Amino acid sequence: MNRLLSLVAALGALVLGTVTFIGELSLFALSGLSHIFRPPYYPRLVARSFMEIGYFSLPVVALTALFTGMVLALQSYTGFSRFGAESAIASIVVLSVTRELGPVLAGLMVSGRAGAAMAAELGTMRVTDQIDALETLSTDPMKYLVAPRLLAGIIALPLLVCIADILGVLGGFIVATQKLGFTSGTYLVSTFTHFKAEDVISGLIKAAAFGFIIALMGCFNGYRSKGGAQGVGEATTSAVVSASILILAVDYILTQVLFVK
Amino acid sequence: MTQPKIRIRGLKKSFGAKVVLDGIDLDILPGTGMVVIGGSGTGKSVLIKSILGLVTPDSGIIEIDGENVLTASRRRAKELRAQIGMLFQNGALFDSLSVWENVTFGLLAEHKIIRRDAPAKAIEILAQVGLDATVAALSPSELSGGMQKRVALARAIASAPAIMFFDEPTTGLDPIMGAVIDELIVDCVKRLGSTSIAITHDMASAQRIADTAAMLYQGRVCWSGPATSLLTSPDPVVDQFTHGRAKGPITMALRR
Repeated sequence: MNRLLSLVAALGALVLGTVTFIGELSLFALSGLSHIFRPPYYPRLVARSFMEIGYFSLPVVALTALFTGMVLALQSYTGFSRFGAESAIASIVVLSVTRELGPVLAGLMVSGRAGAAMAAELGTMRVTDQIDALETLSTDPMKYLVAPRLLAGIIALPLLVCIADILGVLGGFIVATQKLGFTSGTYLVSTFTHFKAEDVISGLIKAAAFGFIIALMGCFNGYRSKGGAQGVGEATTSAVVSASILILAVDYILTQVLFVK
Repeated sequence: MTQPKIRIRGLKKSFGAKVVLDGIDLDILPGTGMVVIGGSGTGKSVLIKSILGLVTPDSGIIEIDGENVLTASRRRAKELRAQIGMLFQNGALFDSLSVWENVTFGLLAEHKIIRRDAPAKAIEILAQVGLDATVAALSPSELSGGMQKRVALARAIASAPAIMFFDEPTTGLDPIMGAVIDELIVDCVKRLGSTSIAITHDMASAQRIADTAAMLYQGRVCWSGPATSLLTSPDPVVDQFTHGRAKGPITMALRR
């Protein structure tokens, strides 16, 4: 009986903890979003966050997209050549990259780079009283620290994904023409035949959502961190892990909403 | 009778089962300085954070100029608290900003100056804490501990606050630099005519910067009196604490 009671108590604590976490995260997100639209505005901080999330993530996102496009072309060729369907490679590459791989891989890469940096920066500010200091200097930390990062994330990710899309398709093109024997003209015609604006737009919508998730989880975990260096480390790990899982989950939901008629 | 600048009655705060403040009563008169002493974990920082609005107390009254900030509207509470300048224990300078941006942060946030005038204003304020203009363009990480403390003090006094809080202002400094910071604090508070509350474990510092003292023990004010009588108080708790004796009514178990 006692074991049953402790099991029920543990289950109850888990449910309560989960509900509390979701509630706190939702309120944090709503508060951060509302501050984007209310003055005072901090364009300098938005620009700084944009550079951090967008510009400095560009090399890692570009390389990831390029090599993914190249691998995709190679693997597709291996599979499709068994059925004599090698001509479908261009369509597979452009479709996969613009719909899925561009936004998801860019999201995961930026989460590991910029999301972790955000959590570490805000976490350090929290444990060194800098966030408290902001409040004593008539500045709302949500407005000063969180809102600019959320806005920058929402803007920067779609731009990164545009570049990732181009480089992913380019990677496929390089492998197809240099290694698999396709002519440039044939491959490009096939690519443009299967290239659809709505695929790119859906990818950009996903990217904006992923940018929001990365900034939100980075800020949320950093803002709530406590306990010195160990707490900041835990916040950083938690920011990357939670953002990565959320990106994959939201990707499924958005795919369902955007593509399944 | 003079109305206290800050009046605290029955202030209580618990974190889970741990009672930190258990009915604090304090009066701080205008233009005077009070030092709050007590062992680690006795709630000194929680007391200051409650006045600043960084911690929400469970119950009690915190009045500034006769108005209870805990029941006032959010806007009014913000206005009342805007007259408080705070020097944090570790300085809490913003790493990503230069010294002049740190010093003028509050002035810019409150639109008291424009950004173009901020560097000159910062240099003017830095001079008041004995720092020259060359420091203004540096980042906080390029400064020594004593200089960081001075910059933090400059930031705290920038908007000429009517109330000033000092959280362990001499912690981590050598005795000479500690005395220098104390002198600067006394000088700034006197010049601005501010009311101040300081938290410290440094008894020499306590006597230099405050007029009155209060000791927290087991969540309550167990003693209060003139700061000059700290070392001569017959109260056994105060006597043990101020003289740093291992044996006495304060036990390590209680302080944990």
